[in-house]
This record gives sequence, C-alpha cells and structure tokens, in this order.
Amino acid sequence: MNFHPLRSLRVLTTVQSGSRAHSTLAPKFPVKHLGVLPTSQSPVVSKLQFFNSVTGESRQIPTYRVLDGVGIPIEGAEVPEITEEFARRLYENMQLLPTMDNILYNVQRQGRISFYMTAYGEEATIIGSVAALASDDEVLGTNNLAKNNSRPDIPKGQYREMGVLLWRGFGIDAVMAQCFGNHEDKSGKGRQMPMHFGSPEHHFHTISSPLATQIPQAAGVGYALKRDPARRNKNVACVFFGEGAASEGDFHAGMLLASTIPSPTIFLARNNGFAISTPAHEQYHGDGIAARGPGYGVDTIRVDGNDVLAVMNAVKEARRRCLDSGRAVLVEALTYRVGHHSTSDDSFAYRGRQKVDNWKKIDNPITRFRLYMESKGWWDESEEGELKSRLKKEVMSSLKRAENLKRSDLGDLFTDVYGGEEPWNLREQREELARLVDKYGEVWEPWRSELKRFRDEGKKLAD
Amino acid sequence: MFIHRLRPLTRLSVQVAPLAQRWQTTAAHVEPPPAGGHLSSVATSKLLRTTRDAALRAPALSWTDDNDSAPVQKVVGGRETRKMNMYQAVRDALSIALVKDDTAVVFGEDVAFGGVFRCTMGLVEEFGRERVFNTPLTEQGIAGFGIGLASMGHTAIAEIQFADYIYPAFDQIVNEAAKYRYRAGGQFSIGGLTIRTPTMAVGHGGLYHSQSPEGFFMGAAGMKIVIPRSPLQCKGLLLASIRDPNPVLFMEPKILYRSAVEQVPIDDYTLPLSRAEILIPGTDLTLLSWGTPLYHCETALSMLHSPPVSLEPLLPPSFRSARIELIDLRTILPWDVEAVVESVNRTRRLVIVHEAGITGGVGGEIAAEVQTRAFLKLDAPVKRIAGWDVPAALQFEKFNMPDAIRILDGIIETLSY
Repeated sequence: MNFHPLRSLRVLTTVQSGSRAHSTLAPKFPVKHLGVLPTSQSPVVSKLQFFNSVTGESRQIPTYRVLDGVGIPIEGAEVPEITEEFARRLYENMQLLPTMDNILYNVQRQGRISFYMTAYGEEATIIGSVAALASDDEVLGTNNLAKNNSRPDIPKGQYREMGVLLWRGFGIDAVMAQCFGNHEDKSGKGRQMPMHFGSPEHHFHTISSPLATQIPQAAGVGYALKRDPARRNKNVACVFFGEGAASEGDFHAGMLLASTIPSPTIFLARNNGFAISTPAHEQYHGDGIAARGPGYGVDTIRVDGNDVLAVMNAVKEARRRCLDSGRAVLVEALTYRVGHHSTSDDSFAYRGRQKVDNWKKIDNPITRFRLYMESKGWWDESEEGELKSRLKKEVMSSLKRAENLKRSDLGDLFTDVYGGEEPWNLREQREELARLVDKYGEVWEPWRSELKRFRDEGKKLAD
Repeated sequence: MFIHRLRPLTRLSVQVAPLAQRWQTTAAHVEPPPAGGHLSSVATSKLLRTTRDAALRAPALSWTDDNDSAPVQKVVGGRETRKMNMYQAVRDALSIALVKDDTAVVFGEDVAFGGVFRCTMGLVEEFGRERVFNTPLTEQGIAGFGIGLASMGHTAIAEIQFADYIYPAFDQIVNEAAKYRYRAGGQFSIGGLTIRTPTMAVGHGGLYHSQSPEGFFMGAAGMKIVIPRSPLQCKGLLLASIRDPNPVLFMEPKILYRSAVEQVPIDDYTLPLSRAEILIPGTDLTLLSWGTPLYHCETALSMLHSPPVSLEPLLPPSFRSARIELIDLRTILPWDVEAVVESVNRTRRLVIVHEAGITGGVGGEIAAEVQTRAFLKLDAPVKRIAGWDVPAALQFEKFNMPDAIRILDGIIETLSY
C-alpha cells in the first residue's frame, strides 16, 4: 500500500491512475476459437498466450467505496439509507472499540491482564460487517497473523472481532470477565488467553489461536444451516480472518469446500497490510485475497475497509448472494493495522512511526464516519465529548469490577475435557492435585497466594 | 496430493459388485463376498461369532430400540442376525445412524459411489446426495468441515480414506476437535463428530497404506480413539462412537473389511467405549492387543498349545499347557486400565502387541501404567511386540509386522523370564 503523507484528505477520494484503476474488464481472448475439450468449457485457441489475471499487464480488482476521506459520498456511490438512530449505533460501537483498546492495552502494560490485542484502524470493517449480518447469523473469528515469528514469547495469534460481540449485546462485563479469566467468564472459564471470546447465545463460535482453522469449519457451519429447516435460507455462516491467515492451507480448504459443497458462507478477509511484522507483499504475489475468489468460482468483492457504509453495503449484498446461491461469497476489506500486532509486539521495529501516525490522522475510519454524521446534522462536538467520557466511565467501572472477582473453582482445570463420564485418568489426576494442594497449599508460596484467587481456593478438587 | 493412493486398492477390491447388485440394509438376505482377503487366519478364527446365538450373546451388547423412553433392552428373543463382513457392518451402522438421526451426514473422498472400501455402498441411493457426499481432496478441510457441522449440533461422520493421510488434519483434530468443548467452557461441543479411517497393514500397502497412527493421537485429551476387531464389534462400537458426546477417531483395520465375516445383529445396538474385552480367559500371562494383530495372537496361542512339527524343538514342552489370557483393548483413548491391571494382577505377566512402531507407541503408555499399578505383582518385564521403528517398507512387511511367530516368541520369553 503506497501512501503519500503530503496528499490532502481529498486526494484520497480521487481515482488514481495506474495500479488501482477501476476496471471490471476481463482479459482479452480471441473471439474465434476451435471448439472446447470434452471436460471443459474452455475455448481451444491456436495462439500461445500466458494468462495472469492479477499482475503484469492485467488490471487489479477495484475497491468499492461510498464515502471519501472526509465523509462525503463519492461520485456515483449509493449511500445506504440508514436512520439517525442506526448511524449513532454504528458510531457508538465504533467508538467503543478504541475506548476498550486504550484502557485494556494499558491494563496489560501494567501487568493486570496477561495479553491484549487492539483493533485500531479496523473499527469500520468490523462494525460495518456485523451491522450487515442478521443477529443470528453464525460468526467465526480467526486470526490475521503469519507464523514467521522469531520471538517465542509472541503468541501465535488472536482475533479482532470483539466488536461483533459488542454489537450483538455481549456486554462489556463479559469482555472483561474473559480478559481477566474470572468466574463470570462463560466464554471459557478462564482457560483461554484474553480476547478468545465465544457465546452460543450471540451465535459467536469460541475463538481459538491456531490460524485459519475456523475457515473450513465455517463451511461446515454453513452446510448445517442449510440443512436445518428452521434456518435454511435465513442464516449464513460468516468467518473473519486476516490476510496472513489466508496463506494457511485451511483457507484453501474452506473456500473449496463452501463452493463445491454449496454452503452459505461469507468469507471476510481483513487485509490490514501486516501479519505481525510481515507486510502483505511478502504474504502474496497476487492481487490480494480478492483475486483468489474467482479461482474457486466464488463471487468476490473488494471494499474500502475504512468506510463503514461501503463495508455494510458490500456485506449486505454478499449475504444476499450467499443465501440466494447457497454458496460461498468472498469479501476483502482493505484497511491498515494502526496498532501494534499485540501487546507482545513493538511494531516500530519493522515500520516507521511516522507512517502509522499518518494513517491514524489521514485515513481514520471513525473520523470519516463522524464527518459524514456531522454533515447530516446528526452529531456535534459536544456529543462527541459526552460519548467518549461515558464510554470511558463504563469501561473503567466494568474493569474494576472484573478485576476483583475470583476465578472459577480450581476443579475447572479438569472439567469439560470430555462430555459424559469423567475418564479414570482425569479423575486420578484431579485427586492427585487435591492431595498435593492439601499437603503443600499453605507452605509452598507459589501456590499459597495463587489459591486464594480461586473461588473454592482449591478445596473442592477431590470428590 | 496422493495421486497413487488408489493403486493398491484395485488389488484389494477384487470383487466389485455391479451397480444392480448393490445391496440395501432393507434387503432380507444378502450374502457377503466369501472370506479371504490377505489374512487367511481370520477365516477360521474362533474369535468370530458365526452363529446367531453367539452373536446375540456378545458381552455388554446393548439394544437401542426406537422408543427413546426405553433406549436399552437386554431381551434377545426375536432378534435376528445376518452374516456380514466388516465393510458391510460399517455400512449397516452408517445406515442405521442416517435413518435414526436426520442431522447425520456421511462425507469424505469418494464416499458417494460407495467408497474405495465399499463401506458406503448404496447410501447415496438410500439417503440422497445431501446426506452422503464427496468432498474435495482435502483432509484438513474434511476434518474442519465436520467440526463446523458438529458445532451446530449435527452428526458428522467423516471419512479419511487411509489413516496414513490423516496427518494433514492433525491440527484440526488435535488443536480444534479435541479442545473444542474445553476451551469453550462447555458452551460449545462437537460430540457429533466421528472420523472413520481405514488403518493397519494390508499385505502390500507400503509406507502410506499401512500405518497405525493411533499413538500420535493418544495425547489429544478430549478425543476418543476406537479400533474394532470384527464386524459385530465394528457395528456396535461405531454406533456407540457416533452417539458418544465426544469427537471419536474410529479406525477400521482394513485387512478385515472382507476377510472377517461373522453373524451381526441386524437391529440397532451399541457396545461400550473404554471397555476392554477378555476374549480368552487365562491365568499365566496377559496378551493385550487391538485390531488385526488379535488374529496373529490367536494363531500364536494355537501354535503354543499344539506346535507344528517344525517348531516343536524350539518350544519348551512345559509351556504348551500355559493358559494365556487374550484381551482386546478396543478403545485406545481413554483406555480400560482397570480391566488390564486386573488381568495382570492375576497373571503376573503382560505382553502387548501392536502394529505401530515401538517408540512412542500405545504399548509404552500401557506398560508404564501397568508397572505403576502392578509393580509387586509382575514376574517379568512388560514385553512389547510391535512394528520396528521404521516406516512400513513394502517388500519387508512380513519381517516388520508383529506376526504369530514373533508373538509366540514373546510369550515364551516372558513365560521363561
């Protein structure tokens, strides 16, 4: 992504000549051909010609946009009809993300939670997408990292779709419970790292760290929806993933499965330019993720991920196509990871501070939508101030509450491994830990202080 | 990816029934192809239940009737059996699962035409393409797709064409399937997932049509691993696996698909998971195995009791009357430690037989646990008879797999320690 800091906001709205020119033209083939082969619709030709749809002489897939950098509808764009109330909901949810991010990022820095990942710069992609989905569409999240990680202390990945859950009413308290791993953490009883949410009630499948594994799973979820008479033609599966995750074999498998075994599944790629330290141009040589869609026979669109209205329009149409055809649809949202990859990452080690600052200032998805709302007379400076302080207050009070709650029972280390009868090995190991806690819990300091943080203080381990 | 995988199969599937002769579960009397295959000892095995009465009295068999309010019945009167080989038993179990559970689907590579081992013959005709379908050739995709289906509460019965090709799905199985319930705090589960896969040696499978990878999955807490030894076992254990509230890896010894034939109850029944079965009671040594090698164990015991003339000089006559207890472990994870240790406490000697290599094999896990629990009772070291720590070399199979002579030798060595 080439960016010129000296250009004005307005420049971003003009169609650039060259690499990002808008074109839907297919490459030229000879009109006259010599029939087709028995297993193909491909015309037989006599001219030796190599084909590459996405590099070289061919044109790149265009990026769909509704609002320009200062929130003004671009020429020819269809602005979705949204009410003031809905616009405010979009904006509040977009603002809630950096509020959570600012606070939890610092909380992690103070060592009060073990890990965090921000969604800076990707607010419009996340909120715009979920706003276009039905509230009971099944969502799966995955990561946007690559595995070229030389630092073993950096976890292999997290996810940035907390906004999906917040939009659906998951609640700040539930987010905090998961991040602190206290006994209110329904997502995982304190078993997973922070940011690994899940909630069947909100149709959000629990996040896991391994990259891209949710992509073929989403095809299976889509197929289940199609087979369920109560949800057929009503719901889709939607899987979020980064451009780094799209390099995994599971991306290939998932696209292939949902197109071949027709399954209503939206594949939503967040291309934010980085997988940890790896820039997108080291991730692929083709035209992003979108260019792969047609190879799988999948309807595909690329959208400006910093334009919440464009994302909404694109995902709404993707959803319609998905339900109509019962097959996969691919959406690639172009954005920029403004924050560090995670709290274990200092991104200035591989990219310039200045460049990041420029992005924050010049192409900020939240600012862009705020300017649009102001132009409609739906928002002003005083409301902005009120919202920000209200959100901050809510997040802070939730945080303080979550921080003081105990963890669940120590016995939950052993539950839920299997459904049904507890196997002998787990029963014996649980009893062995009970014996050890009983013997050393008061005298071995690393355990003594830790035990007090559990609701049962380890006393309910044995039967 | 595995372009040559079908080659050995053409040799395996000698009898290809024409389409018109495809049998249905609803058909009253259809004879399976004759026994044979590549393991001749199976044809005469006493481990197989060849009469209706014997089949209906298989230990721990539970009838699952249509009426949900009375799911389990012990009555055997009026129950029928039919002679089936193992692929027919698989097919029968799948058919019952599909009939009784509308959410159940069967999928994998080439399952629609009946499967390369014929385990899904006629299922498409009976249940339609929506419920029995081919997938693209992607093992990680098959496992992931099955996890997604099961996460929605559906019953997903996936097939990996050979256990040798399960490794591309290792991540989905170990990191995703096994941990799905735990990491979700019990809020999500994928208990409806069963992954079937043909396993073990077949005479000429070479490196990639012979493997026994069960040991690789033994540390995958949250998974169950089941390996049947016969058609009756296969049907009961497969139905139990499909209905178990946990993801199950169900490994079918492929050499038994055609060669093992016995009477199988035609009704819906299950056999319990995590329960070993004593096949031959004994007091002098416990011989523990699962899948194909059980038949080599049987042959070894027969040679021990009445050795062929050529072996007589090598067998101490006093051992001929040794009473060896033969146990089928059936479930590899979580395994039946109680039954194994109880047996070893009585016999004071243990020999474990499996096809996978010794190092990192399931035998090591069992041996360690047994020595912990029966230390004072053991009269000899636990012996492991297994494949060598080498890949499954094609022309060397007879010297690599634990056959009857190696088992016989292991028994003698352990008895004479």
